[in-house]
Amino acid sequence: MPILSLRNVSKNFGALKVTDDVTFDLDAGQALGIIGPNGAGKSTLFNLITGNIRPNAGQVFLDGVDVTQQSPMDRCRSGVGRSFQIPQPFGHLSVYENLLVAARFGAQLSAAEAEARCMEILRQTGLAASAGKPSGGLSLLSRKRLELARAMATNPRVILLDEIAGGLTEGECGELVDTIKGIHASGTAIIWIEHVLHALTRVVEKLLVLNFGRVLMIGTPAEVMASDQVREIYLGAEA
Amino acid sequence: MTQISNLTQSRSFSFALIALLAVVMALLPFFAPRAVVQDLFMILALTVLALNWNMLAGFAGLVSVGQQAFVGIGAYTAFAGVILYGLDPLTGVLIAGIVAMVLSIPVAFFTFRLNGAYFAIATWVVADILRLAFSQWKAVGGGTGTSLPKGTTKDMLGVQAIKDALDVSSAAAADTMLYWLVLALALVTLVASYMFLRSRMGLGLQAIRDNVNAARSVGVDPLRLKALVFLLTAFGTGICGALIFLQLGRITPNSAFAVTDWTAFVIFIVVIGGIGTLPGPIIGAVVFYILKRLLSDYGSVYLIVLGLIGIAIMLFARRGLWGMLKERTGFDLLPLSHRPPAAVQTTKEGALT
Repeated sequence: MPILSLRNVSKNFGALKVTDDVTFDLDAGQALGIIGPNGAGKSTLFNLITGNIRPNAGQVFLDGVDVTQQSPMDRCRSGVGRSFQIPQPFGHLSVYENLLVAARFGAQLSAAEAEARCMEILRQTGLAASAGKPSGGLSLLSRKRLELARAMATNPRVILLDEIAGGLTEGECGELVDTIKGIHASGTAIIWIEHVLHALTRVVEKLLVLNFGRVLMIGTPAEVMASDQVREIYLGAEA
Repeated sequence: MTQISNLTQSRSFSFALIALLAVVMALLPFFAPRAVVQDLFMILALTVLALNWNMLAGFAGLVSVGQQAFVGIGAYTAFAGVILYGLDPLTGVLIAGIVAMVLSIPVAFFTFRLNGAYFAIATWVVADILRLAFSQWKAVGGGTGTSLPKGTTKDMLGVQAIKDALDVSSAAAADTMLYWLVLALALVTLVASYMFLRSRMGLGLQAIRDNVNAARSVGVDPLRLKALVFLLTAFGTGICGALIFLQLGRITPNSAFAVTDWTAFVIFIVVIGGIGTLPGPIIGAVVFYILKRLLSDYGSVYLIVLGLIGIAIMLFARRGLWGMLKERTGFDLLPLSHRPPAAVQTTKEGALT
């Protein structure tokens, strides 16, 4: 049984249809990349999965359970973690406290368990040296790492990464990809929206192409990259 | 390790200092004149109101301009209990807190649908509706208000014992009793605020204040936590309102639901002391009361000076007097932060220890 399933999910903002009849499955431990031009509805799709917005039609299943009407908090506690495209740290709290919130509420760990888990994640994501620093003053790379670390602290079974490599240098991007590969290797399923394709294809097994809210294609990175239609709408190459 | 031990020492020092201050303040009525006890009563009452407002605005991000509603409800409940039902004022004070908390549920139900400035205005509107409603309650004096029956506070539980112990008049003994009650309330509010903010719920509350969307995404329920804080602060504010007006002995709708006295001045206290800190409201209340005493003879100039000080603090010391002091000395009283465990503490160079 897939860990996450979307069935005919649609979302309108007024007359604008931003998500149009989207259906796909994500198996446990699988890594799926989502690509598409700006405005294709990628972040909206994440918001539909996390429950930040409700669909006009269709259903979202987590482990076969219909969670379409569940709040973002309940979905988080059921195992859906996410990062935001623009980092949204709890600016007055330290890096460690940001993770502690996620571990205490999202993963529902006791104080001692949360402490140990946060320490482990801080080391895993290369944030240990910044643990006590206020999160509001971090560099872009550290903020991106914090987004990832905080999502991990919720103990997710599916982690949604929204353009986490955007704006990073080549070296920084490589470091982040290694961390994400580590998370994937531990068995966590990943859905990753990304424009930095070389980073994405180092991690994901499948790519989903979104265009005007519709699923254009799902396949392996090689299959997707070989598609003339995808090259035309996404990469700008003529068929 | 140094950071952790500094923090532990700071917490131990904070509690030792508070305990010492509490003992000294509790003993004051034994040797201080009655006027000093009355002044301290008002400083402590303002501190309680400021600590409660600080919990709402400084930690939960709920900028209420209607906390006078709960002062008024608390005060009227206590007066109604004494005048209409013949209750002991102390029982009335406890019931005042409960009634204020219960009435905060419908207030939250309506106002929580709004955010930011709209929420602030809505709370003010609710408070004014209550002021108008209470001015129609003839049994407690209607629009002109009423006074406590003669001797009410003097017959209060424990006053006779204080009178005998201190060898003072009944009025002075009643003042002492109310002073001790507000001192106890201030201590309970301070310690309860500290414990709440250091708990899991306090951490969630601060996350909500910083970013509601991100907080939701990590499993924090903003509505539940904000509602809890709103209810608890209504309870504390209601009790404080009851104590203030028992001490004054007279109530009118305009004085009990006064936005200037119970909210505007309280906002000023929190802003100048340091919003989002626990020592801030205490320092702010002391500074405010001193300014009030010094400038009270200058009429409206007093309000202009208060306004200018408030603006200066907001422009040049945004973390308030306590924030400024903390920045310069590095010392924190009642620190709320959760330090990372020793294993991830870093050296100055950033390397792991």
